[in-house]
Amino acid sequence: MTAGLLFDLMMALAVLGTAAWTLAARTQFAAVIGFVATGLLLSLVWVRLGAVDVALTEAAIGAGATGVIILYVVARLRGGTAEISAATPSRAQRALAALLAVAVGGVLALAVLNLPDPAPSLAEAALAGSAPLGLGNPVSAVLMAHRGLDTLLESVVLVFAVLAVWSMAADHRWGGAPGPVFRREESGPLSLLARVLPPVGIVVGIYIAWVGADAPGGKFQGGTILAAMWILPWIAGLARPPSITDWRLRLMIAAGPLTFLCVGLAGFAVADGFLSYPPSFAKPLILLIEAAMTLSVAAALACLIAGPPERRLPPESMAADRR
Amino acid sequence: MTQLLLLAAALVLLTVLAGLWRVLRGPQRADRLMAAQLLCTGGIAALLLVAAAYGIEAIVDVALLLALLGAFTSVAFVMAARLVGSR
Amino acid sequence: MSVVIGIFSAVCVLAGAFFFLAGTVGLIRFPDTLSRVHALTKADNLGLGLIVLGLLPLASGAGVALKLVLIWALVLVGGATAAQLIGAAAAKDER
Repeated sequence: MTAGLLFDLMMALAVLGTAAWTLAARTQFAAVIGFVATGLLLSLVWVRLGAVDVALTEAAIGAGATGVIILYVVARLRGGTAEISAATPSRAQRALAALLAVAVGGVLALAVLNLPDPAPSLAEAALAGSAPLGLGNPVSAVLMAHRGLDTLLESVVLVFAVLAVWSMAADHRWGGAPGPVFRREESGPLSLLARVLPPVGIVVGIYIAWVGADAPGGKFQGGTILAAMWILPWIAGLARPPSITDWRLRLMIAAGPLTFLCVGLAGFAVADGFLSYPPSFAKPLILLIEAAMTLSVAAALACLIAGPPERRLPPESMAADRR
Repeated sequence: MTQLLLLAAALVLLTVLAGLWRVLRGPQRADRLMAAQLLCTGGIAALLLVAAAYGIEAIVDVALLLALLGAFTSVAFVMAARLVGSR
Repeated sequence: MSVVIGIFSAVCVLAGAFFFLAGTVGLIRFPDTLSRVHALTKADNLGLGLIVLGLLPLASGAGVALKLVLIWALVLVGGATAAQLIGAAAAKDER
Protein backbone atom coordinates (compact mmCIF):
# COMPACT_ATOMS: atom_id res chain seq x y z
CA MET A 1 0.00 0.00 0.00
CA THR A 2 2.91 2.32 0.73
CA ALA A 3 4.05 1.85 -2.87
CA GLY A 4 0.63 3.04 -4.03
CA LEU A 5 0.82 6.03 -1.70
CA LEU A 6 4.28 6.87 -2.98
CA PHE A 7 2.99 6.66 -6.55
CA ASP A 8 0.06 8.98 -5.76
CA LEU A 9 2.40 11.45 -4.11
CA MET A 10 4.61 11.40 -7.20
CA MET A 11 1.64 12.07 -9.50
CA ALA A 12 0.39 14.92 -7.29
CA LEU A 13 3.84 16.50 -7.25
CA ALA A 14 4.13 16.13 -11.04
CA VAL A 15 0.76 17.87 -11.59
CA LEU A 16 1.68 20.71 -9.23
CA GLY A 17 5.14 20.96 -10.78
CA THR A 18 3.93 21.22 -14.39
CA ALA A 19 1.20 23.67 -13.33
CA ALA A 20 3.71 25.91 -11.55
CA TRP A 21 6.07 25.70 -14.49
CA THR A 22 3.24 26.64 -16.90
CA LEU A 23 2.71 29.84 -14.91
CA ALA A 24 6.43 30.61 -14.79
CA ALA A 25 7.27 29.72 -18.41
CA ARG A 26 9.04 32.50 -20.27
CA THR A 27 7.64 32.00 -23.77
CA GLN A 28 3.99 31.56 -24.61
CA PHE A 29 4.66 28.44 -26.65
CA ALA A 30 6.42 26.76 -23.71
CA ALA A 31 3.54 27.70 -21.41
CA VAL A 32 1.02 26.02 -23.73
CA ILE A 33 3.10 22.83 -23.80
CA GLY A 34 3.20 22.91 -20.00
CA PHE A 35 -0.57 23.38 -19.94
CA VAL A 36 -1.10 20.34 -22.18
CA ALA A 37 1.27 18.23 -20.06
CA THR A 38 -0.65 19.25 -16.93
CA GLY A 39 -3.92 18.23 -18.60
CA LEU A 40 -2.50 14.86 -19.59
CA LEU A 41 -1.27 14.18 -16.06
CA LEU A 42 -4.62 15.31 -14.64
CA SER A 43 -6.49 12.81 -16.79
CA LEU A 44 -4.22 10.05 -15.43
CA VAL A 45 -5.05 11.28 -11.93
CA TRP A 46 -8.77 11.06 -12.71
CA VAL A 47 -8.33 7.45 -13.83
CA ARG A 48 -6.48 6.74 -10.58
CA LEU A 49 -9.46 8.24 -8.70
CA GLY A 50 -11.83 5.93 -10.58
CA ALA A 51 -13.56 8.76 -12.48
CA VAL A 52 -13.07 7.47 -16.03
CA ASP A 53 -15.77 9.78 -17.45
CA VAL A 54 -13.94 12.82 -16.14
CA ALA A 55 -10.61 11.41 -17.36
CA LEU A 56 -12.01 11.14 -20.89
CA THR A 57 -13.30 14.71 -20.77
CA GLU A 58 -10.03 16.07 -19.37
CA ALA A 59 -8.00 14.24 -22.01
CA ALA A 60 -10.27 15.39 -24.86
CA ILE A 61 -11.16 18.93 -23.89
CA GLY A 62 -8.63 19.87 -21.20
CA ALA A 63 -5.45 18.61 -22.83
CA GLY A 64 -6.49 18.31 -26.50
CA ALA A 65 -8.95 20.98 -27.62
CA THR A 66 -8.11 23.73 -25.12
CA GLY A 67 -4.38 23.34 -25.72
CA VAL A 68 -4.81 23.73 -29.47
CA ILE A 69 -7.18 26.70 -29.03
CA ILE A 70 -4.70 28.53 -26.79
CA LEU A 71 -1.86 27.77 -29.17
CA TYR A 72 -3.69 29.24 -32.16
CA VAL A 73 -4.41 32.30 -30.05
CA VAL A 74 -0.65 32.57 -29.46
CA ALA A 75 -0.11 32.20 -33.21
CA ARG A 76 -2.54 35.07 -33.87
CA LEU A 77 -0.84 37.34 -31.37
CA ARG A 78 2.26 37.51 -33.55
CA GLY A 79 3.25 41.00 -34.49
CA GLY A 80 0.62 42.82 -32.48
CA THR A 81 2.97 43.90 -29.68
CA ALA A 82 0.89 46.94 -28.75
CA GLU A 83 -2.27 44.87 -28.52
CA ILE A 84 -0.55 42.24 -26.39
CA SER A 85 0.81 44.75 -23.90
CA ALA A 86 -2.58 46.49 -23.78
CA ALA A 87 -4.32 43.19 -23.03
CA THR A 88 -1.74 41.93 -20.54
CA PRO A 89 -3.00 42.40 -16.98
CA SER A 90 -0.94 44.61 -14.68
CA ARG A 91 1.13 43.23 -11.81
CA ALA A 92 -1.55 44.24 -9.29
CA GLN A 93 -4.30 42.54 -11.29
CA ARG A 94 -2.26 39.37 -11.51
CA ALA A 95 -1.51 39.43 -7.78
CA LEU A 96 -5.22 39.87 -7.09
CA ALA A 97 -6.09 36.95 -9.38
CA ALA A 98 -3.47 34.77 -7.68
CA LEU A 99 -4.82 35.74 -4.25
CA LEU A 100 -8.36 34.88 -5.34
CA ALA A 101 -7.26 31.54 -6.79
CA VAL A 102 -5.33 30.65 -3.62
CA ALA A 103 -8.33 31.61 -1.47
CA VAL A 104 -10.78 29.49 -3.49
CA GLY A 105 -8.32 26.58 -3.58
CA GLY A 106 -7.70 26.86 0.16
CA VAL A 107 -11.41 26.90 1.02
CA LEU A 108 -12.00 23.90 -1.25
CA ALA A 109 -9.12 22.00 0.36
CA LEU A 110 -10.48 22.83 3.84
CA ALA A 111 -13.95 21.64 2.81
CA VAL A 112 -12.56 18.35 1.50
CA LEU A 113 -10.46 17.79 4.62
CA ASN A 114 -13.46 18.48 6.89
CA LEU A 115 -15.86 16.10 5.11
CA PRO A 116 -17.55 13.71 7.53
CA ASP A 117 -16.61 10.05 7.18
CA PRO A 118 -18.30 8.54 5.21
CA ALA A 119 -18.78 11.56 2.97
CA PRO A 120 -22.37 12.46 2.07
CA SER A 121 -23.14 11.04 -1.36
CA LEU A 122 -25.95 11.00 -3.89
CA ALA A 123 -24.32 8.09 -5.74
CA GLU A 124 -26.87 5.55 -4.46
CA ALA A 125 -29.78 7.72 -5.61
CA ALA A 126 -28.18 8.33 -9.02
CA LEU A 127 -27.52 4.62 -9.47
CA ALA A 128 -31.12 3.76 -8.55
CA GLY A 129 -32.43 6.45 -10.91
CA SER A 130 -30.46 5.34 -13.95
CA ALA A 131 -32.01 1.87 -14.31
CA PRO A 132 -35.56 3.08 -15.21
CA LEU A 133 -34.08 5.27 -17.96
CA GLY A 134 -32.37 2.28 -19.58
CA LEU A 135 -28.93 3.81 -19.09
CA GLY A 136 -26.11 1.69 -17.71
CA ASN A 137 -23.84 4.66 -17.03
CA PRO A 138 -25.04 6.61 -13.98
CA VAL A 139 -22.99 9.65 -15.06
CA SER A 140 -25.00 9.89 -18.29
CA ALA A 141 -28.23 9.48 -16.29
CA VAL A 142 -27.28 12.42 -14.08
CA LEU A 143 -26.24 14.58 -17.05
CA MET A 144 -29.26 13.83 -19.22
CA ALA A 145 -32.10 13.35 -16.73
CA HIS A 146 -31.49 14.28 -13.09
CA ARG A 147 -29.53 17.44 -13.88
CA GLY A 148 -30.71 17.87 -17.47
CA LEU A 149 -31.10 21.65 -17.08
CA ASP A 150 -27.37 22.08 -16.38
CA THR A 151 -26.46 20.11 -19.49
CA LEU A 152 -28.95 22.10 -21.60
CA LEU A 153 -27.41 25.38 -20.44
CA GLU A 154 -23.90 24.04 -21.10
CA SER A 155 -24.89 23.19 -24.65
CA VAL A 156 -26.27 26.69 -25.19
CA VAL A 157 -23.03 28.18 -23.85
CA LEU A 158 -21.16 26.48 -26.71
CA VAL A 159 -23.33 28.28 -29.28
CA PHE A 160 -22.68 31.63 -27.59
CA ALA A 161 -18.95 30.90 -27.51
CA VAL A 162 -18.96 30.37 -31.27
CA LEU A 163 -20.92 33.61 -31.75
CA ALA A 164 -18.41 35.47 -29.59
CA VAL A 165 -15.48 34.14 -31.62
CA TRP A 166 -17.16 34.97 -34.93
CA SER A 167 -17.96 38.48 -33.77
CA MET A 168 -14.20 39.09 -33.53
CA ALA A 169 -14.00 39.00 -37.33
CA ALA A 170 -13.10 42.17 -39.19
CA ASP A 171 -16.07 43.54 -41.16
CA HIS A 172 -14.59 42.87 -44.58
CA ARG A 173 -13.90 39.24 -43.66
CA TRP A 174 -17.44 38.44 -42.57
CA GLY A 175 -18.71 35.51 -44.58
CA GLY A 176 -15.24 34.08 -45.06
CA ALA A 177 -13.92 30.73 -43.97
CA PRO A 178 -12.77 30.44 -40.35
CA GLY A 179 -9.15 30.01 -39.39
CA PRO A 180 -5.73 30.79 -40.79
CA VAL A 181 -4.79 29.74 -44.31
CA PHE A 182 -2.64 26.63 -44.55
CA ARG A 183 -0.63 25.69 -47.59
CA ARG A 184 -1.98 22.66 -49.43
CA GLU A 185 0.25 19.65 -48.82
CA GLU A 186 -0.11 17.31 -51.76
CA SER A 187 2.37 14.76 -50.50
CA GLY A 188 4.40 14.18 -47.37
CA PRO A 189 3.60 12.94 -43.90
CA LEU A 190 0.95 15.52 -43.01
CA SER A 191 -1.23 14.83 -46.04
CA LEU A 192 -0.92 11.09 -45.34
CA LEU A 193 -2.06 11.57 -41.76
CA ALA A 194 -4.89 13.87 -42.83
CA ARG A 195 -6.12 11.15 -45.20
CA VAL A 196 -5.59 8.10 -42.96
CA LEU A 197 -6.58 9.36 -39.52
CA PRO A 198 -10.09 10.85 -40.09
CA PRO A 199 -11.81 7.63 -41.27
CA VAL A 200 -10.57 5.81 -38.17
CA GLY A 201 -11.14 8.80 -35.92
CA ILE A 202 -14.74 9.33 -37.04
CA VAL A 203 -15.57 5.72 -36.18
CA VAL A 204 -13.87 6.06 -32.78
CA GLY A 205 -15.61 9.39 -32.12
CA ILE A 206 -19.04 7.94 -32.83
CA TYR A 207 -18.15 4.88 -30.75
CA ILE A 208 -17.14 7.02 -27.74
CA ALA A 209 -20.34 9.05 -28.03
CA TRP A 210 -22.48 5.91 -28.42
CA VAL A 211 -20.91 3.92 -25.60
CA GLY A 212 -21.64 6.80 -23.20
CA ALA A 213 -25.08 5.32 -22.46
CA ASP A 214 -23.61 2.29 -20.74
CA ALA A 215 -19.93 3.01 -20.09
CA PRO A 216 -17.71 6.07 -19.66
CA GLY A 217 -17.92 8.26 -22.77
CA GLY A 218 -20.50 10.56 -24.26
CA LYS A 219 -21.26 13.50 -26.50
CA PHE A 220 -18.57 15.93 -25.36
CA GLN A 221 -15.73 13.43 -25.60
CA GLY A 222 -16.95 11.91 -28.89
CA GLY A 223 -17.72 15.33 -30.32
CA THR A 224 -14.20 16.54 -29.56
CA ILE A 225 -12.70 13.65 -31.51
CA LEU A 226 -15.01 14.38 -34.44
CA ALA A 227 -14.01 18.06 -34.34
CA ALA A 228 -10.31 17.14 -34.40
CA MET A 229 -10.86 14.82 -37.37
CA TRP A 230 -12.71 17.59 -39.20
CA ILE A 231 -9.93 20.11 -38.59
CA LEU A 232 -7.05 17.84 -39.61
CA PRO A 233 -7.72 18.12 -43.40
CA TRP A 234 -8.08 21.92 -42.97
CA ILE A 235 -4.63 22.09 -41.39
CA ALA A 236 -3.18 19.98 -44.21
CA GLY A 237 -4.85 22.29 -46.73
CA LEU A 238 -6.71 19.34 -48.25
CA ALA A 239 -10.17 20.66 -47.45
CA ARG A 240 -11.61 24.12 -46.91
CA PRO A 241 -13.65 24.94 -43.82
CA PRO A 242 -17.21 26.01 -44.66
CA SER A 243 -18.07 29.70 -44.74
CA ILE A 244 -19.52 30.96 -41.47
CA THR A 245 -22.61 32.09 -43.36
CA ASP A 246 -23.24 28.54 -44.58
CA TRP A 247 -26.68 27.56 -43.22
CA ARG A 248 -25.64 23.90 -42.91
CA LEU A 249 -22.81 24.81 -40.54
CA ARG A 250 -25.11 27.03 -38.50
CA LEU A 251 -27.76 24.31 -38.35
CA MET A 252 -25.16 21.79 -37.15
CA ILE A 253 -24.07 24.12 -34.35
CA ALA A 254 -27.63 24.82 -33.24
CA ALA A 255 -29.04 21.29 -33.72
CA GLY A 256 -28.08 19.95 -30.29
CA PRO A 257 -29.45 22.71 -28.06
CA LEU A 258 -32.56 22.99 -30.28
CA THR A 259 -33.30 19.25 -30.04
CA PHE A 260 -32.67 19.34 -26.30
CA LEU A 261 -35.00 22.32 -25.88
CA CYS A 262 -37.77 20.79 -28.03
CA VAL A 263 -37.66 17.50 -26.13
CA GLY A 264 -37.61 19.47 -22.88
CA LEU A 265 -40.67 21.53 -23.87
CA ALA A 266 -42.46 18.40 -25.07
CA GLY A 267 -42.09 17.18 -21.49
CA PHE A 268 -44.91 19.59 -20.52
CA ALA A 269 -47.31 17.74 -22.82
CA VAL A 270 -46.31 14.10 -22.48
CA ALA A 271 -44.58 13.88 -19.09
CA ASP A 272 -44.33 15.65 -15.73
CA GLY A 273 -42.95 18.95 -16.99
CA PHE A 274 -39.92 20.67 -18.49
CA LEU A 275 -37.08 18.25 -19.30
CA SER A 276 -38.83 15.17 -17.97
CA TYR A 277 -39.13 12.14 -20.20
CA PRO A 278 -42.11 9.80 -20.55
CA PRO A 279 -40.85 6.56 -18.93
CA SER A 280 -41.43 4.31 -21.94
CA PHE A 281 -39.62 6.66 -24.35
CA ALA A 282 -36.82 7.87 -22.11
CA LYS A 283 -33.97 5.98 -23.75
CA PRO A 284 -34.78 6.79 -27.42
CA LEU A 285 -35.32 10.46 -26.56
CA ILE A 286 -32.01 10.63 -24.67
CA LEU A 287 -30.24 8.96 -27.59
CA LEU A 288 -31.79 11.49 -29.99
CA ILE A 289 -30.53 14.39 -27.87
CA GLU A 290 -27.10 12.79 -27.51
CA ALA A 291 -26.80 12.30 -31.28
CA ALA A 292 -27.75 15.89 -32.06
CA MET A 293 -25.49 17.17 -29.28
CA THR A 294 -22.52 15.16 -30.57
CA LEU A 295 -22.93 16.85 -33.95
CA SER A 296 -23.21 20.28 -32.36
CA VAL A 297 -20.24 19.81 -30.04
CA ALA A 298 -18.14 18.69 -33.02
CA ALA A 299 -19.15 21.67 -35.18
CA ALA A 300 -18.87 24.22 -32.36
CA LEU A 301 -15.47 23.00 -31.17
CA ALA A 302 -14.13 22.91 -34.73
CA CYS A 303 -15.24 26.54 -35.18
CA LEU A 304 -13.77 27.53 -31.80
CA ILE A 305 -10.41 25.97 -32.65
CA ALA A 306 -10.33 27.44 -36.16
CA GLY A 307 -11.20 30.89 -34.82
CA PRO A 308 -12.78 33.90 -36.53
CA PRO A 309 -12.75 34.11 -40.35
CA GLU A 310 -9.36 35.32 -41.57
CA ARG A 311 -9.89 35.16 -45.31
CA ARG A 312 -12.64 35.90 -47.72
CA LEU A 313 -13.63 33.16 -50.10
CA PRO A 314 -13.13 34.00 -53.77
CA PRO A 315 -16.53 34.74 -55.38
CA GLU A 316 -16.46 31.77 -57.75
CA SER A 317 -15.85 29.27 -54.94
CA MET A 318 -18.73 30.74 -52.97
CA ALA A 319 -20.97 30.24 -55.97
CA ALA A 320 -19.71 26.67 -56.18
CA ASP A 321 -20.60 26.19 -52.51
CA ARG A 322 -24.14 27.34 -53.12
CA ARG A 323 -24.67 24.97 -55.99
CA MET B 1 0.67 -10.77 -12.82
CA THR B 2 -1.36 -7.83 -11.53
CA GLN B 3 1.56 -6.67 -9.42
CA LEU B 4 3.93 -6.96 -12.35
CA LEU B 5 1.66 -4.94 -14.66
CA LEU B 6 1.24 -2.22 -12.04
CA LEU B 7 4.98 -2.16 -11.49
CA ALA B 8 5.56 -1.77 -15.23
CA ALA B 9 2.97 1.05 -15.35
CA ALA B 10 4.72 2.88 -12.52
CA LEU B 11 8.07 2.34 -14.21
CA VAL B 12 6.88 3.75 -17.55
CA LEU B 13 5.23 6.74 -15.88
CA LEU B 14 8.31 7.48 -13.80
CA THR B 15 10.49 7.43 -16.90
CA VAL B 16 8.29 9.74 -18.97
CA LEU B 17 7.92 12.08 -16.00
CA ALA B 18 11.70 12.28 -15.96
CA GLY B 19 11.44 13.12 -19.66
CA LEU B 20 9.40 16.19 -18.71
CA TRP B 21 12.75 17.72 -17.89
CA ARG B 22 13.01 18.37 -21.64
CA VAL B 23 9.79 20.39 -21.51
CA LEU B 24 11.43 22.55 -18.86
CA ARG B 25 14.81 22.77 -20.48
CA GLY B 26 14.00 23.02 -24.17
CA PRO B 27 16.05 24.59 -25.64
CA GLN B 28 14.07 24.42 -28.89
CA ARG B 29 10.32 24.23 -29.20
CA ALA B 30 10.78 20.87 -30.91
CA ASP B 31 12.35 19.48 -27.73
CA ARG B 32 9.41 20.57 -25.59
CA LEU B 33 6.99 19.09 -28.10
CA MET B 34 8.84 15.79 -28.08
CA ALA B 35 8.72 15.53 -24.29
CA ALA B 36 4.97 16.21 -24.35
CA GLN B 37 4.53 13.52 -27.00
CA LEU B 38 6.56 11.06 -24.95
CA LEU B 39 4.36 11.85 -21.96
CA CYS B 40 1.30 11.10 -24.11
CA THR B 41 2.66 7.76 -25.34
CA GLY B 42 3.83 6.83 -21.85
CA GLY B 43 0.43 7.76 -20.45
CA ILE B 44 -1.22 5.50 -23.04
CA ALA B 45 1.10 2.62 -22.10
CA ALA B 46 0.47 3.13 -18.38
CA LEU B 47 -3.30 3.28 -18.93
CA LEU B 48 -3.28 0.05 -20.93
CA LEU B 49 -1.21 -1.67 -18.23
CA VAL B 50 -3.52 -0.46 -15.46
CA ALA B 51 -6.61 -1.46 -17.49
CA ALA B 52 -5.20 -4.99 -17.87
CA ALA B 53 -4.13 -5.16 -14.21
CA TYR B 54 -7.56 -4.28 -12.83
CA GLY B 55 -9.63 -5.60 -15.75
CA ILE B 56 -11.39 -2.25 -16.30
CA GLU B 57 -12.19 -2.00 -20.01
CA ALA B 58 -13.27 1.64 -19.94
CA ILE B 59 -9.68 2.70 -19.28
CA VAL B 60 -8.73 1.29 -22.71
CA ASP B 61 -11.12 3.86 -24.20
CA VAL B 62 -9.22 6.67 -22.47
CA ALA B 63 -6.03 5.33 -24.04
CA LEU B 64 -7.77 5.14 -27.43
CA LEU B 65 -8.87 8.77 -27.15
CA LEU B 66 -5.37 9.85 -26.11
CA ALA B 67 -3.85 7.97 -29.07
CA LEU B 68 -6.15 9.75 -31.54
CA LEU B 69 -5.98 13.23 -30.07
CA GLY B 70 -2.28 12.92 -29.27
CA ALA B 71 -1.49 12.55 -32.96
CA PHE B 72 -3.79 15.45 -33.81
CA THR B 73 -2.40 17.70 -31.10
CA SER B 74 1.23 17.11 -32.09
CA VAL B 75 0.47 17.96 -35.70
CA ALA B 76 -1.66 20.98 -34.81
CA PHE B 77 1.19 22.23 -32.61
CA VAL B 78 3.81 21.92 -35.32
CA MET B 79 1.56 23.72 -37.80
CA ALA B 80 0.79 26.47 -35.30
CA ALA B 81 4.51 26.77 -34.60
CA ARG B 82 5.00 27.46 -38.31
CA LEU B 83 2.46 30.27 -38.07
CA VAL B 84 4.21 31.75 -35.03
CA GLY B 85 7.54 31.70 -36.82
CA SER B 86 10.74 30.79 -35.05
CA ARG B 87 10.61 32.51 -31.70
CA MET C 1 0.26 -23.28 -21.31
CA SER C 2 -0.94 -20.37 -19.22
CA VAL C 3 2.46 -20.21 -17.56
CA VAL C 4 4.10 -19.85 -20.95
CA ILE C 5 1.67 -17.06 -21.90
CA GLY C 6 2.29 -15.38 -18.56
CA ILE C 7 6.03 -15.44 -19.06
CA PHE C 8 5.62 -14.18 -22.63
CA SER C 9 3.45 -11.27 -21.43
CA ALA C 10 5.81 -10.41 -18.59
CA VAL C 11 8.87 -10.42 -20.85
CA CYS C 12 7.15 -8.28 -23.51
CA VAL C 13 5.80 -5.75 -21.00
CA LEU C 14 9.13 -5.39 -19.25
CA ALA C 15 10.95 -5.07 -22.58
CA GLY C 16 8.46 -2.34 -23.56
CA ALA C 17 9.12 -0.51 -20.30
CA PHE C 18 12.85 -0.80 -21.03
CA PHE C 19 12.39 0.91 -24.40
CA PHE C 20 10.52 3.74 -22.69
CA LEU C 21 13.48 4.07 -20.36
CA ALA C 22 15.90 4.03 -23.28
CA GLY C 23 13.82 6.61 -25.21
CA THR C 24 13.69 8.93 -22.23
CA VAL C 25 17.41 8.62 -21.54
CA GLY C 26 18.01 9.45 -25.20
CA LEU C 27 15.64 12.41 -25.04
CA ILE C 28 17.48 13.79 -22.04
CA ARG C 29 21.07 12.89 -22.93
CA PHE C 30 21.38 13.19 -26.72
CA PRO C 31 23.26 16.31 -27.78
CA ASP C 32 21.04 17.80 -30.50
CA THR C 33 17.37 18.00 -31.43
CA LEU C 34 17.42 15.73 -34.45
CA SER C 35 19.04 12.83 -32.59
CA ARG C 36 16.52 13.34 -29.80
CA VAL C 37 13.71 12.84 -32.36
CA HIS C 38 15.38 9.54 -33.16
CA ALA C 39 15.34 8.49 -29.49
CA LEU C 40 11.71 9.48 -29.07
CA THR C 41 10.38 7.32 -31.90
CA LYS C 42 11.96 4.25 -30.32
CA ALA C 43 9.78 4.69 -27.24
CA ASP C 44 6.70 5.39 -29.37
CA ASN C 45 7.03 2.46 -31.72
CA LEU C 46 8.86 -0.30 -29.87
CA GLY C 47 8.00 0.56 -26.27
CA LEU C 48 4.26 0.80 -26.77
CA GLY C 49 4.33 -1.97 -29.38
CA LEU C 50 5.94 -4.47 -27.03
CA ILE C 51 3.59 -3.55 -24.19
CA VAL C 52 0.58 -4.00 -26.49
CA LEU C 53 2.01 -7.33 -27.67
CA GLY C 54 2.40 -8.45 -24.07
CA LEU C 55 -1.13 -7.39 -23.14
CA LEU C 56 -2.80 -9.06 -26.15
CA PRO C 57 -2.94 -12.57 -24.58
CA LEU C 58 -4.40 -11.03 -21.41
CA ALA C 59 -7.21 -9.21 -23.28
CA SER C 60 -10.68 -10.25 -22.13
CA GLY C 61 -12.11 -10.44 -25.65
CA ALA C 62 -11.58 -9.83 -29.35
CA GLY C 63 -12.95 -6.28 -29.02
CA VAL C 64 -10.37 -5.25 -26.46
CA ALA C 65 -7.57 -6.92 -28.44
CA LEU C 66 -8.67 -5.02 -31.55
CA LYS C 67 -8.64 -1.74 -29.61
CA LEU C 68 -5.12 -2.48 -28.33
CA VAL C 69 -3.81 -3.04 -31.86
CA LEU C 70 -5.68 0.05 -33.09
CA ILE C 71 -4.12 2.18 -30.36
CA TRP C 72 -0.66 1.03 -31.35
CA ALA C 73 -1.37 1.67 -35.04
CA LEU C 74 -2.67 5.16 -34.26
CA VAL C 75 0.38 6.01 -32.16
CA LEU C 76 2.62 4.66 -34.92
CA VAL C 77 1.12 6.77 -37.69
CA GLY C 78 0.67 9.83 -35.46
CA GLY C 79 4.13 9.57 -33.94
CA ALA C 80 5.81 9.06 -37.31
CA THR C 81 4.05 12.09 -38.80
CA ALA C 82 4.79 14.26 -35.78
CA ALA C 83 8.45 13.14 -35.79
CA GLN C 84 8.78 14.12 -39.46
CA LEU C 85 7.20 17.51 -38.91
CA ILE C 86 9.14 18.16 -35.71
CA GLY C 87 12.36 17.18 -37.46
CA ALA C 88 11.62 19.53 -40.35
CA ALA C 89 10.74 22.35 -37.96
CA ALA C 90 13.90 21.74 -35.92
CA ALA C 91 16.08 21.74 -39.02
CA LYS C 92 14.51 25.03 -40.08
CA ASP C 93 15.00 26.59 -36.64
CA GLU C 94 18.67 25.66 -36.66
CA ARG C 95 19.34 27.26 -40.00
